[in-house]
Amino acid sequence: MRKDGTFIAVEVEDSAAADAAFAQKLTEVCPVDIFAQEPDGSLRIVDGNLDECVLCRLCIDADRDPAHPAVKVLKLYDAGALLV
Amino acid sequence: MRFFEYEAREIVKRAGIPVTDFGFATEPSQAREIAQRIGGPTVVKSQVLTGGRMKAGGVKFADTPEEAEAYARDILALEIKGHMPRGVLIDPKAEVAQEYYAGVVWDGPRKQPVMIFSPVGGIDIEQVAEEQPDKVGRRHFSNILPFSEFMAKEVIASTGVTGGALNKLVPILTRLAKVFVENDMTLAEINPLGQLADGSFVALDAHMDMENEARGRHAKLLADLGVGSEETRQAREATPFEIAGEEVDAQDHRGVAGNVTEFDGNLGLVIGAGGGSLTLFDAVRAHGGKPANYCEIGGNPSVAKACGLAKLVLTKPGVDQIAVMMSIVSNTRVDIVARGVIKACLELGYDPARKIAIFRIPGAWEEEGFKILEKYGVEYADRSVSLNEAARRAVEKIQGVAA
Ligand code: SF4
Repeated sequence: MRKDGTFIAVEVEDSAAADAAFAQKLTEVCPVDIFAQEPDGSLRIVDGNLDECVLCRLCIDADRDPAHPAVKVLKLYDAGALLV
Repeated sequence: MRFFEYEAREIVKRAGIPVTDFGFATEPSQAREIAQRIGGPTVVKSQVLTGGRMKAGGVKFADTPEEAEAYARDILALEIKGHMPRGVLIDPKAEVAQEYYAGVVWDGPRKQPVMIFSPVGGIDIEQVAEEQPDKVGRRHFSNILPFSEFMAKEVIASTGVTGGALNKLVPILTRLAKVFVENDMTLAEINPLGQLADGSFVALDAHMDMENEARGRHAKLLADLGVGSEETRQAREATPFEIAGEEVDAQDHRGVAGNVTEFDGNLGLVIGAGGGSLTLFDAVRAHGGKPANYCEIGGNPSVAKACGLAKLVLTKPGVDQIAVMMSIVSNTRVDIVARGVIKACLELGYDPARKIAIFRIPGAWEEEGFKILEKYGVEYADRSVSLNEAARRAVEKIQGVAA
């Protein structure tokens, strides 16, 4: 799934988004509430908070397998550059 | 924050400065009782936080308690310059031989209080200073070191007052200086300070202004006087624009978008930085600009808060452009503010490059911030451009737009 704000876009692999435990982790780490959980535990990206992203990388550090990142934060004002 | 006259008189009285046997009433019947207690002609004065009471019919002279009650009834229903009275002050009509002036005011540029005295009272001290400058004595003093009676003596004597009057006035001015310093006042004024036929002095009217930020330190005094914490007591009521500014600030705990104050210019300001706002506001005016507002943004506001403030300013009637300026920031992020103000433009259907006259906020996360500004074509400046120069550029740009 991918959601775009004006300045920031967040993309999460569908399989990771469906993982309730991972969704809970992302919800806990993001300081500006960009992630939340649906009633079934799956991940929801909160559109209204996307542009509040402080580029802290906590969601990226929380990834399940750093070798195959499931979470991507893109800077739309910088030609979609990935936050690394 | 300003005090009503009856409160200011109470402060003066508590300081040991002689006052008349006044009373405060919120009902006409109370006014009659006070006039009865006083036992003689009285003055009934509207208690409003605005000038021009006499002209508006808010001050009346009563010969009997019944007359005082009738006048109180009229005055309590009388609106003066949009203000309804808090009550009426009932004062004995004093037989005054001479009216004097005594005041202490905060001198901002000198960062010190200044004591002002004149043997010509009952009128504006500015008028006396213009027409009879030799009748106005002044002296700055420390608000840290004790104020000595000798200092008061110097100020009074410089106006030609001598003898018994001088000796009686010295403790009054000394106590007034103490009231000013101990209560964090910005103004403590007795005008007129009446000299009665027997040579004694009595405060006939008083004006007091306390530093707003000091209210917490004087909670007991304010509680004693019945000043509610919800009372702003500012020089004027907040405008809808200013109330909307408070709402923007209250909607989000992150950062500050405070002290939003309305002016009638065409250049909206989104400014901040611990005193930098005042510098920037002054710089805009010094370069011939007309600010539409004042505000203080900082403390790492969220994008939503910066956006909300910018939207408020951009939608203010008469605003052509906004200038976004701060000193070098460490606890506020450049990129977050940039996102906020650009988002405000976009959501209102404006081109940020046209609506933002200049963005001059260097500091934390400026590389990201400048990338955002570049993408939207907004003119920005880094720390090599002074606040003064940024203000000049903003004014130059808006004057070009307005022309
Ligand atoms: S980088 Fe930080 S703020 Fe942005 S989405 Fe990830 S956790 Fe949230």
